[in-house]
Amino acid sequence: MSYWIYAQDAAWALSAVFGLYIVIDWLRTDASYPEEVLTSSREGELEAMTEAQGGHDGGV
Amino acid sequence: MAEFDITSNVIDGMGPHGTNVGLLRVLGPAHVWALGVGIVLVGEYMGWNFAVGKGGAYAALIACWFAGILYTCVAMIDSEVTSTVAAAGGQYTQAKHIIGPLMAFNVGLYLVFAYTMLEAANAITAGYLISAVASLTGYAGTLDQRPFIVLSILFLAWLNYRGVLATLTFNLVITAIAFTAIIVLFFATTGVIGTSMMRHADLMSGPAALPYGWIGVVAAMHFGLWYYLGIEGTTQAAEEVRSPARALPFGTLAGIMTLLIAATLTWYICTGLIPWEFLGDGVNGSVAPLFDAARLTGSQPLLWLLGVGTLFATLASANGCINDASRAWFALGRDKYLPGWFGAVHPKFRTPYRSIVFLVPIALAFALEAPLDQVVTFSILSGLLEYTFMPLNMIQFRKKWPMGSIKRGYEHPFHPLPSVVLLSLCAITFFAVFLGYGTQLVAMIAFYIVASLWFHFWRYRFVSRAAQFTMPWPRPKGY
Repeated sequence: MSYWIYAQDAAWALSAVFGLYIVIDWLRTDASYPEEVLTSSREGELEAMTEAQGGHDGGV
Repeated sequence: MAEFDITSNVIDGMGPHGTNVGLLRVLGPAHVWALGVGIVLVGEYMGWNFAVGKGGAYAALIACWFAGILYTCVAMIDSEVTSTVAAAGGQYTQAKHIIGPLMAFNVGLYLVFAYTMLEAANAITAGYLISAVASLTGYAGTLDQRPFIVLSILFLAWLNYRGVLATLTFNLVITAIAFTAIIVLFFATTGVIGTSMMRHADLMSGPAALPYGWIGVVAAMHFGLWYYLGIEGTTQAAEEVRSPARALPFGTLAGIMTLLIAATLTWYICTGLIPWEFLGDGVNGSVAPLFDAARLTGSQPLLWLLGVGTLFATLASANGCINDASRAWFALGRDKYLPGWFGAVHPKFRTPYRSIVFLVPIALAFALEAPLDQVVTFSILSGLLEYTFMPLNMIQFRKKWPMGSIKRGYEHPFHPLPSVVLLSLCAITFFAVFLGYGTQLVAMIAFYIVASLWFHFWRYRFVSRAAQFTMPWPRPKGY
C-alpha cells in the first residue's frame, strides 16, 4: 500500500481532531460564560479598554 | 496586555457601552501586509492566465496594469477611510457609517461571499496540488482529494479560532516564502543570474500578439482582477491592529506595491517561457503557470521551490479568507443585521469564534460540491460589486466629513480622480464579465436584490439603530 493511502487516512484523522477541538471548545465556552459577556463587544471600545489597562497597570 | 484580564468583574462595564470581551489589538503593519498579500498571491500562481486565453499575452499585460490601477485606487480609498474606522467589518462598517444600513448589509454580504467562495476555491486547489504531487512522485492510482480539502479548511479554521496573532504570523511566513519564490524564479530565468531563457520575441510575434484584437483586451479584464483580488481584505484587521491609523495604510499600500511587482514579474516569466495557447488554458493547459515555468527550466530546486510556493500561496489565501469572512459576519451579527448570536467573542482567544465555526460547513459544502469556475466567478462578482460601492462611499465620506473635520491616518491625493477612475474601470470590468459570464452576473444581482428585500422588509426591525453607532465620530457636515 502506497504511503499516499496512509496520507489520506491521516488527513481524515487530523481533520476530525481539529473539527472536534473546535466544536468541544465552542460548546464549553458557551456553557461557561453568560451570553451578555460573550456578545458585549461594541465597535470603537477597545481604545477605551486599552487606556484603562494603562491606568490599571500603572501606566504601562 | 497579556496580564490584563478583560473579563474581570472588577472592570466590568468599563467601556462606554459595556464591552467586557473584545477582539485583541496585537497586530502590526507586517500582519496587515500578510493578510492582504496572503489572500491575493495565489492569483499570481494560478488563475490570472485565463486572461491570456481571453486575449493573448499582451492583453493579459494590459489587463494586469489596468487592474493594477483599479486596485491602487481601491488601496488608496480603503487606506483613508479605514484609518478613521478602526472596527471589524471593513467596508461593511464604512458603508454603515457613511451611506446607510441597506448598503452596509449588501456590502457585508459581498464580503462574506467573496471570501468564503475564495476560501472554498483555495481548498479545492490545495487538494488538486496534493494529488498532482502524488502523481509526480509515482502514485499510480487516483488520489482522493477530499481529505486534503477538508483538512485545509479545518486546520486553518482551528488556527483562526485559536487567535489572530498566530494566524497572521503564520500567514506572514508562508506569504513571504511564496513571494520570494517568484523573485528567485525571475532571477534564475531572465539572465540576471546565468543565461536568459526568455523567448518573448518568438512566442508573442505575429498573430500571437493580439489574437482576438482589442475586444480580447476588454475580455481579459475579467481575469485581470485575479492578480490583485482581495487586497482590500486588509481593512478587516482594523479592530485588531495596535495602531490602525498607521498600520492599515502602511500595510495596505505596501501590499499593493508588492502585488504590482509580483504580477508584472509573473507575467514576464510565464509569457517568456510558455506558449500563449497553453498558458491561457487554465483547465487543460497550464493550471499553475509559475510551477509550469519552473518545470520548463529543468531545475529540481526551482521545481520544488515553486511547488512549495504554490501550496503556501493557496493556504495563505484560504487562511486570510477565513479571517476576513468571519470578521465581516461577526460585525453584521454585532450590529444585529444578522442574529446577535454571531457577535460573540471568545473570552480566552479573543476571536469571533461563532462566526468562524458557522462559516466552516458553508466553505466545506462549496469546496466539496461546487465546480471551481463557478465558485471563483461568484467570488469575483461579489468583489466587483464591492469595488463599485467604494468610489461612491469615498465621495460621500469627503462630502460628509471634509478634510480637517475628522482625524485621518492617511489622506489620499487627487480626490476625486481615484474614485472616478475606479468607477470607470469597474464599468469596463462589468462589461468584460458580462461577455463571459452574463448568466451568473444576472443571477447574482437577482440574489442580492432578494436579500435586500428580505433585509428591508423583515430583518431591519431587529437592528439596534442607535447602538450600532458607538464609534466616537463627529457629526457629519449638514446634520
